Amino acid sequence: MIAFVLRRLLQSISVMLVVGLIAFSLFRFVGDPINNMVGQDTGDKDRAVLRQELGLDDPFVIQFAHFAENAVRGEFGMSYRQGRKVSTLIAERLPATLELSLVAALLALVVGVPLGVYTGLNRDSALSKLILALSLVGVSLPTFLIGILLILVFSVELGWLPAFGRGDVVHLGWWSTGLLTRSGLRALIMPAVTLGLFQMTLIIRLVRAEMLEVLRTDYIKFARARGLPNRLINFGHALKNTLVPVITITGLQLGSIIAFSIITEQVFQWPGMGLLFIQAVAFVDIPVMAAYLVLIAFFFVVINLVVDLLYYAVDPRLRADRAVAGGHGG
Amino acid sequence: MAAISNRPPLLEVEHLRVQFPTRRGTLTAVDDVSFEIGEGEVLGVVGESGAGKSITGSAIIGLIEPPGRIAGGRILFEGERIDDLPYEKLRRIRGKRIGTIFQDPLTSLNPLYSIGRQLVETILTHTELTQAQARRRAIDLLAEVGIPSPAQRVDHYPHQFSGGMRQRVVVALALCANPRLVIADEPTTALDVSIQAQIIALLKKLCREHGTAVMLITHDMGVIAETADRVAVMYAGRVVEVGPLREVVKRPRHPYTVGLMGSIPKLEGERSRLVQIDGSMPRLDRIPAGCAFHPRCPQAFARCERERPELMSDGLARAACWLYAPLARTGSDG
Amino acid sequence: MAELPQDLLSGRLGAALFRAWDSDIAYSFRHSPVTVAAAAMTLLIFCGAAFAPWVAPHDPFDLATVSLMDARNPPVWLAGGSWEFPLGTDNLGRDILSTILYGSRLSLVVGFASIVFAMLLGVSLGLISGYLGGFVDALIMRIAEVQLSFPAILVALLVDGIMRGIVPREFQDQLAEYVLILAIGLSFWVQYARTVRGSTMVEKSKEYVQAARVIGRHPGAIMLRHVLPNVMGPVLVIATINLALAIITEATLSFLGVGVPPTEPSLGTLIRVGNDFLFSGEWWISVFPGVVLVLLVLSVNLLGDWLRDALNPKLR
Repeated sequence: MIAFVLRRLLQSISVMLVVGLIAFSLFRFVGDPINNMVGQDTGDKDRAVLRQELGLDDPFVIQFAHFAENAVRGEFGMSYRQGRKVSTLIAERLPATLELSLVAALLALVVGVPLGVYTGLNRDSALSKLILALSLVGVSLPTFLIGILLILVFSVELGWLPAFGRGDVVHLGWWSTGLLTRSGLRALIMPAVTLGLFQMTLIIRLVRAEMLEVLRTDYIKFARARGLPNRLINFGHALKNTLVPVITITGLQLGSIIAFSIITEQVFQWPGMGLLFIQAVAFVDIPVMAAYLVLIAFFFVVINLVVDLLYYAVDPRLRADRAVAGGHGG
Repeated sequence: MAAISNRPPLLEVEHLRVQFPTRRGTLTAVDDVSFEIGEGEVLGVVGESGAGKSITGSAIIGLIEPPGRIAGGRILFEGERIDDLPYEKLRRIRGKRIGTIFQDPLTSLNPLYSIGRQLVETILTHTELTQAQARRRAIDLLAEVGIPSPAQRVDHYPHQFSGGMRQRVVVALALCANPRLVIADEPTTALDVSIQAQIIALLKKLCREHGTAVMLITHDMGVIAETADRVAVMYAGRVVEVGPLREVVKRPRHPYTVGLMGSIPKLEGERSRLVQIDGSMPRLDRIPAGCAFHPRCPQAFARCERERPELMSDGLARAACWLYAPLARTGSDG
Repeated sequence: MAELPQDLLSGRLGAALFRAWDSDIAYSFRHSPVTVAAAAMTLLIFCGAAFAPWVAPHDPFDLATVSLMDARNPPVWLAGGSWEFPLGTDNLGRDILSTILYGSRLSLVVGFASIVFAMLLGVSLGLISGYLGGFVDALIMRIAEVQLSFPAILVALLVDGIMRGIVPREFQDQLAEYVLILAIGLSFWVQYARTVRGSTMVEKSKEYVQAARVIGRHPGAIMLRHVLPNVMGPVLVIATINLALAIITEATLSFLGVGVPPTEPSLGTLIRVGNDFLFSGEWWISVFPGVVLVLLVLSVNLLGDWLRDALNPKLR
């Protein structure tokens, strides 16, 4: 168990190092950091002094070490465009993105898994075919288009829900939440549906495919031959075996929701990290881009670790002490 | 064998036909198969793969994979028709009165449940026992099938057992509600040769002790010879010969059975020449007219190509071969 | 099959045609009306895009014919609409139908080019990785793993952002299309690489590769001949499904404003432009390009689904 966790931790660290290297390379090789910090009229001498002060003349490894050290402390320097500390900018935007992503993920799971199980178990029913057809439409609908259509119907035509923004927020320490106010909740509905819909359709199709796969296995056939009731076979044996791959892939999907929120945030002008990032890309605001990249990678790594631990809890084959007794079969 | 008792046989299969509709026409995997199994009797069903043995077994417990379906005939268990029962009624028979053992012990057990849990859920499904009683029964069963220290092993997961041990667990699962009949579909094919004999011996012993009848499906004539009371030989979806084991082994009637017998190496050295059957069994969509075996039959004659033979009595056994037609011997040169 | 008179098809070509018609894949195609409809829809949009200069009623890029007087006209069936602009006009007075035809052209070109790029990159890296093994394999697969944990859209945005930093501003609009292809292509290579790598490793352990070494032939060349046909099926399925994703990604990037410039709009750009007029009631500017985009992606997805099922005998 400890060895397993340690190995996964080492892998996670190596992933973070690779991402860190990419982020650092952004700083180093995309555009001249000095140009981005000073005006046109700064002389070459001043620039050289600044280079010296910023450590830009140091060897690559040392610079990277500095970068990594700062990154671990959450320091990514100043935003070129806004002139404020990147860490402050991110901290302001983080709650909005996380709240949106979590609600969307919850929505995708709570609706997606049961529908996937249903369509897997009743593969020939009319309702299954309808759900499946709709899910294919869902996969084919670009996120931003879903958002636009929702706005068109519920904001422009019906006027039921706000088309942009986060509504009123309440501050709990440094965390701002929209979940405690009526307008905050109303503002959350359409973005969460938009963001969750695509993941939901993926989850439906994944759970269905896995369910069909499991239902074909010998142990399900044997369970039927033992006369177990269908309820026990479908929701016990089959569902539990379906969960193993579903946990892995949904875990990854949930991670990508945070990144996908870029699009949703743009459509609904949701004041989160994604909106910050998209503006950074448009203006080549490298520190913000790098920080976002590292942060997203960090989320992924954490989610991956949690997924591995869940996996471990579900599948006894990983838990086993590997002591296969009676090896000679006699 | 028909006159042993007045009671109806435990299982009667009458003119069973199983078909699979495909886009290139309907395939008949089991064609007009009839046989019966008496109380406590071991019937060996033998034939090459694709002969329809396993599908016959699945048809009895009502678990043919769709789109396959029973297209004709009747199946009676303890005198009661079971082939047209609704799913839920047949489910209560499966595992309780008819147990099943599948070929591959490595894939027959759910990897995520401990074997104890799988035993207990089966016992609770079919009996009135409490959870604690069921667990005690599970441990007893494991002991009975020869799992060492069953009280500890009951909480282990399938991957912690070897193949032979897992098949013992499968046997325990099949027997846990004391069924009257066990359908054992190639129970030893996936196992090492040395373990095969142990599993067969175990199955034989347990069924004798509990008076359980067995339908033993295998392609291995050797296993049948060791175990069965009677034999049914299947070829291309039909029963081509059926009779008491001794009779069939001593004097196989159907030329196909003769070939199958030839494939067991004999210990007595006299006739050690292995008879080989040329060719292979036809695909289901290419079954020849007349007797399905005639293209491969060393003794085929004109009638075999035209007419399909029914089972015909010859002494204690019956064979579907024109060689045993009452008129054949006088009419044409056999 | 009886639907086709076999005696009409004489000769070798006829026989080959009949075999193709009678094959399992063709059968599953003919017997799935949804797939046939998807293929027809894809073909329609392809043709519309390919022949846009001839079928489009207006040339939206010819400034001489575009007039601001015609801006924001509704579609023909609404009050104020006219047959001159059947689906209405956008904020600059361009005919929506024509911009859609030209726009899908751009979307398809970028989609196809980026998939081909991703396929070439992925297949090559997969072959190298599987064949060489060791450090190279570990490196490529680690990069693939890292990239796989980021959604394609994020990778594409990042590449786009980097290119913006590198390419001088005056060339940015000109190169936008190529940057898009590069960005999308770079975000989709992993799946190909993994598939091909697996297949290569299987082949590598086979005896004929050892035998080739013994008789002094380069095993790599022989393997290539064996590996490529084996992976064609899966690669084709991945490519079809990825084409749909690539089209969505292009549209998304353009919608986010980092794709092609509005002077040369793709479907995504058109939707972005229309988005600004949603609240003033001119819904058609973004809805019609959106409908075409969805139809295109849906059709390609349906074809990909069908292809996957048809090539995977286990599911049949």
